[in-house]
Amino acid sequence: MKAILSIVWKEFLQLRRDKRLFPVIFISPILQLLLLGYAANLDVRDIPSVICDLDRSAASRSFLDDFVNSGYFSVRARVGRMDEIDGYLDNGHAAMAFVIPRGFGDDLAGGRPTSVLVIADGSESQSATIGVGYATLIAGRTTQRLVIQRFQRIKGGGLRPVLVNAEVRVWYNPALRSRDFMVPGVLGLILMIMTISLASQGVVREKEAGTMEQLIVTPIRPHQLIIGKLLPFVLIGLVEATFVLVVARGWFGIPIRGSVGLLYLLSLAFMLNTLGIGLFVSTISKTQQQAMFSTVFFIMPMMLLGGFVFPIENMPRFFQIVSHIVPTRYFFVIIRGIMLRGAGWPELWDQAAALVILGSVILALSILRFHKKLD
Amino acid sequence: MKLLSLCCLRPVIRKEFLEIKRDTRSLLFMIFLPAFMLLLFGYALNFDVKHIPLAVVDQDGSRASRDLVDKFRTTEYFDLKAVLPEPAAIDPLMGREAIRVALVIPPKFSDDLLAGRSPSVQVLVDGSSAMSGSTAAGYIGAILQSYSQKITIEALTRRGLTRIDLPLTTQVRVWYNPELRSAKFLVPGLMAFILMVIVTVSMAFSIVREKERGTMDQIKVSSLRPAELILGKMVPYIVISLGAAHLVLLLGEALFGVGIRGSYPLLLLAMVLFVTGALGQGILISTITKTQQVAFLLAFLTTMLPTFILSGFVFPVRNMPAPIQAITYFVPARYFLAVLRAIILKGAGLPAIWDQYLFLIAFAGLAIGLSAVMLGRSDRERPRRRGRPA
Repeated sequence: MKAILSIVWKEFLQLRRDKRLFPVIFISPILQLLLLGYAANLDVRDIPSVICDLDRSAASRSFLDDFVNSGYFSVRARVGRMDEIDGYLDNGHAAMAFVIPRGFGDDLAGGRPTSVLVIADGSESQSATIGVGYATLIAGRTTQRLVIQRFQRIKGGGLRPVLVNAEVRVWYNPALRSRDFMVPGVLGLILMIMTISLASQGVVREKEAGTMEQLIVTPIRPHQLIIGKLLPFVLIGLVEATFVLVVARGWFGIPIRGSVGLLYLLSLAFMLNTLGIGLFVSTISKTQQQAMFSTVFFIMPMMLLGGFVFPIENMPRFFQIVSHIVPTRYFFVIIRGIMLRGAGWPELWDQAAALVILGSVILALSILRFHKKLD
Repeated sequence: MKLLSLCCLRPVIRKEFLEIKRDTRSLLFMIFLPAFMLLLFGYALNFDVKHIPLAVVDQDGSRASRDLVDKFRTTEYFDLKAVLPEPAAIDPLMGREAIRVALVIPPKFSDDLLAGRSPSVQVLVDGSSAMSGSTAAGYIGAILQSYSQKITIEALTRRGLTRIDLPLTTQVRVWYNPELRSAKFLVPGLMAFILMVIVTVSMAFSIVREKERGTMDQIKVSSLRPAELILGKMVPYIVISLGAAHLVLLLGEALFGVGIRGSYPLLLLAMVLFVTGALGQGILISTITKTQQVAFLLAFLTTMLPTFILSGFVFPVRNMPAPIQAITYFVPARYFLAVLRAIILKGAGLPAIWDQYLFLIAFAGLAIGLSAVMLGRSDRERPRRRGRPA
């Protein structure tokens, strides 16, 4: 025990010696949190649009008003010719365009079928998909109104058309703010990046400096060495988690509906995974640069395949299966569950179990590898 | 006084290449990490919200309600995961993220429908993943709309109107990326991301490593001028990163059909400008750090995060609040990304994007100028002590 403590002490001394490290370790999470909290907004509203009204009738104006007033589109320009649209979309000043053909109003009044043209900039595929969805929905509403009007004219209102209404209720995050979804994810992200990179670099630095051999010839047992090396990072991770939680709650007003104790407990389980990976990276790297690249190599899939931004259910089957060995997958569900849904042990036990099992396996394998390297 | 001479440059370049060659694994990473990420982005990731797990509570159990459920069953947007007996059963399923949307059809649904009263169905959406939540709500609205339309038209046909023309149709044309594939949106962003991260991080590392080992002092006492040192160290990384970028371009074309529509020389110019700026930033980081560990964290912080979050790579800039939008003007990747998307996807020429080039030139000039000044300053300082051996 004493040996472990002295390693922990040595580790802290070494970390403290680099005066820039601690500010970076503690300021960076806050920065990431603020940036992601404010900037990571996937809500699609106010899509900049160009309007090309070739008809200029009362009907076309009222139709276009439906689009403008919906809040999904904001008009950047009104042009008189269709080829003027190209310029706006090419340089990205607008992402959608609506074209009302000549004779639109007359056709509608005369009962002849007519159509409007919606052009979307597909290079921003996500906004385009959602924008086109909104546009067809709005146009559909107008169509329905027209059908009903015509119906009533013919039949004199003898039968009312039916409309199935949707009473939409949004649970957990009624305002559907992206922020509430992102910020809990950032907690996982920061824990992951910090613990993996610190752990891997910490061990490799000793190798590079040649002090690893010195540690090996001391009476310290390998397991004491590993625990002593990793423990400081667990502490740093817990402190960072606290930082993030305080900012999330105090600054962004993200609720923590579930138990904070459970959150910390499962963060520890998550760190089994990340520290295991950090240790593994250190066993396969000779220099800090190699360790750094390998860290990025592990961090990226964990960030991208874990469901931080990109939902797992949208991935192809193969990657969905692969994602089962990505620890962040379980941790993101856990954090979001505890913070937003107030989930507790009954809902999360299986995720927690997966996290502990995966973490134990990763850590055990890395320790075995580490031993072999030491012998 | 000559600022730099080419004869002194060659040995520095050679030395740097040798150093890179010695660490084969880092070199492989620099070249293949981008390709690996491209595969990941191209195949695994997309924003398309499809196969949303859905549960249905059908309290009506009529033909009409089954009809409506079928509408949900047959779209690719929803996967029917469970048919539940009562609304109370929804709660635990949603708590575990087993379902994201639940549809509750009330007992009098078909009666209302037949009587011409407009019935309501209840839709419960898990808002904790905001994006798929709002998209799902939109899909449900559209499905209910088309269902209502079908019912209305059925009613019309029953009343003797055999054929109804829809009075208004919407034609949708999607430019630049007609199949709306996320890969096309993400590949240009990925290029910016990769160049920025790899170049800045490896540049900062290459200098800080010399500091840590104390070999920087040896270089300082040689007759090498700062400008020569910078240029010599930069050339290998420019070459490698351009190689990696072209690999991404080739793979993007071969695997995802993301061909370059616009002019290649313009694209190359943008890449060189951007890489030069990124290298300058790497040098700047190296002048204010002493250890590789801090250099890594700083480089990571000033490149990866802004490039991922603030450049418009994933999150559209126009959605951000005004102060954050103001910050994005200082993120060079923002301009690079605009240029890449315009040239690769839209085939735009210089008239549409010249302003972005001005920003890129400013970034490159500023970063290189500043780093030369900082290096010069640390050069004048008497080397007081050797870099701390770790």
